[in-house]
Amino acid sequence: MEKEQQRIRTERLRWHSRRALLENDLVLQRFWQNQPEVLEEKQAALLERLLEMEDHDLWELLSGRRDADDPAVQGLVELLRQPAVQ
Amino acid sequence: MSQKVTVRKFDAVIVGAGGAGLRAAIQLSEAGLKTAVLTKVFPTRSHTVAAQGGVAASLGNSEEDHWHWHMYDTVKGSDWLGDQDAIEFMCRKANECVIELEHYGMPFDRLDNGRIYQRPFGGHMSNFGEKPVRRSCAAADRTGHAMLHAMYQRNVRASTQFFVEWMALDLIRDAEGEVLGVTAMEMETGEIYAFHARATIFATGGAGRIYYSSTNAFINTGDGVGMAARAGIPLEDMEFWQFHPTGVAGAGVLITEGVRGEGGILRNSNGERFMERYAPNAKDLASRDVVSRAMVTEINEGRGCGPNKDFVLLDITHLPPETIMKRLPGIHEIAVQFAGVDALKEPIPVVPTCHYQMGGIPTNYHGQVVVPGKRSQNEIVPGFYAAGECACASVHGANRLGTNSLLDLLVFGKSAGETAVEELKKSPKAHKELPADAFERSLARLDRLNTQKDGANVHETQLAMRRTMQKHAGVFRFNDLLKEGVQKILEVQQDVQRTEIKDKSQVFNTARIEALELDNLIEVAVATMVSAEARKESRGAHVRDDAPDTPEHPNGRDDANWLKHTLWYKEGNRLDYKSVNLRPLTVETIALKKRAY
Repeated sequence: MEKEQQRIRTERLRWHSRRALLENDLVLQRFWQNQPEVLEEKQAALLERLLEMEDHDLWELLSGRRDADDPAVQGLVELLRQPAVQ
Repeated sequence: MSQKVTVRKFDAVIVGAGGAGLRAAIQLSEAGLKTAVLTKVFPTRSHTVAAQGGVAASLGNSEEDHWHWHMYDTVKGSDWLGDQDAIEFMCRKANECVIELEHYGMPFDRLDNGRIYQRPFGGHMSNFGEKPVRRSCAAADRTGHAMLHAMYQRNVRASTQFFVEWMALDLIRDAEGEVLGVTAMEMETGEIYAFHARATIFATGGAGRIYYSSTNAFINTGDGVGMAARAGIPLEDMEFWQFHPTGVAGAGVLITEGVRGEGGILRNSNGERFMERYAPNAKDLASRDVVSRAMVTEINEGRGCGPNKDFVLLDITHLPPETIMKRLPGIHEIAVQFAGVDALKEPIPVVPTCHYQMGGIPTNYHGQVVVPGKRSQNEIVPGFYAAGECACASVHGANRLGTNSLLDLLVFGKSAGETAVEELKKSPKAHKELPADAFERSLARLDRLNTQKDGANVHETQLAMRRTMQKHAGVFRFNDLLKEGVQKILEVQQDVQRTEIKDKSQVFNTARIEALELDNLIEVAVATMVSAEARKESRGAHVRDDAPDTPEHPNGRDDANWLKHTLWYKEGNRLDYKSVNLRPLTVETIALKKRAY
């Protein structure tokens, strides 16, 4: 049951990664391509906090113009910011 | 497998909670009507957030201005394809709508005297095209975002009922053609509902995702436009899409014109500064359409870069790093993130990129959906309204002016809401009965998707569609490519009809949602390709290689044969045309002339 709950939570986060700004969509799309089918709990909790942000604020973090106040969230931001490999 | 459908009754149902949907909802809820707003994402995550430039209104706060001048600019910008009654209506209503927004709490930038600060914007002029005028009202670089917040709060106050993370599936029409609501899926449960309403308003935004290179967010899948087409409503002027010359290749993220302003140079695969051949004086600073066309010509003639020779390069490596970091903040990061290049050392791959949909669901300036009928070319579809980018009033005609998109969604969102309120007051309170086959189309689509075997992959099919559109109906169009494009997009359409999803789960099934979105995108793509192939002139954003600038046809425009709106019908994949309304409401016609700046 817990596993099913975590799967649903992951699917919800996958949908919440649809954003108002293309920039955020693209960064989050790249992130999802490298994730397991079900996110581990800690990762899901951090992503939830990030996705609650307004899109312009989120892009400020993802584009490195500003750091997140919480080091744990900033850790996820750093992971998201790993750029495309040509 | 046939699913149960739960019916919910509302006075009005609005699909989409971006600017147009929220504005329409205010009108209905404040009139005391029971109003539902369905939206795929939380309202303030709508793509209106991306609009930065501002909203046009001839407030005249910094210098003399007049709605009639704004109207002239809009008609000219539209390359005379805009309907002059709708354009007059929009420009006259602009001040009222902006002031209302201010009263809703929108934090506009201000002058020292407290009035709304206004800045100049491309194409907006004073005294019928004489000199630039300050007409755009903005809230820093977050105008769209601030607008959504102000209107969302107002809706909460007015008790609008939001259905967040719900996807509308199909329009419900009865045998008389009257619209009685929509079917929809609740993403959290996968359950199907019908929203039975006396007024249905579509405000679903554009479908820029039909192109491979698009500035649009992933949610912009033309859901309302697709639903309308499936329900027999023709789509108007779908060949007209606004492109920006420099989007990052493969990503679509915009590289601002400021980069070329600071000395950025476009190069082909030979390293040549090709703009010197196309615009010897302005070079890389030539107007958007000239630059876009030159880029496409280079790519088509085999001088594109990369393994597929399908982009050109924007080079800023010769600029001092401190200039780039100081004057062009963000560009370095965009290049790193989306092109994987360090723009200080390597050029950025760019292509002309789709930005805005001028065509859409045909409406009059009251926001009512209109279709050709026995009595006129603009007969009202009872119960059905549309506003914003999904609609075609038509105010943008063949080309939209900057800052007129936010104005469009305010004015016509309000107008659609107002008209619906009036119509509901006139009509009987009881809901008209739903037809027996009300849910059939949606259930058949879902059944098909759930049972499809050996079908087409959704992502691959979507990619095939986007590549076909980019190559065959891009910013610069060629007869042979368009003809071939029609065949190719019809082949893609066959695949869309047999898409298969592996995940059949009910809860937040993103794969299913993406397959349903593709059903909508493909309608827009086919409409665009077929309409573009048929229009044998150049006008505004529709530029054909075989319709060049001649004295007889300035800019390739052929008013004698093509001063008319295209209407594409899904049924039979056929085209029809209707005349452009050149008669404004109160002033004289703005007479045809060559569009030159």
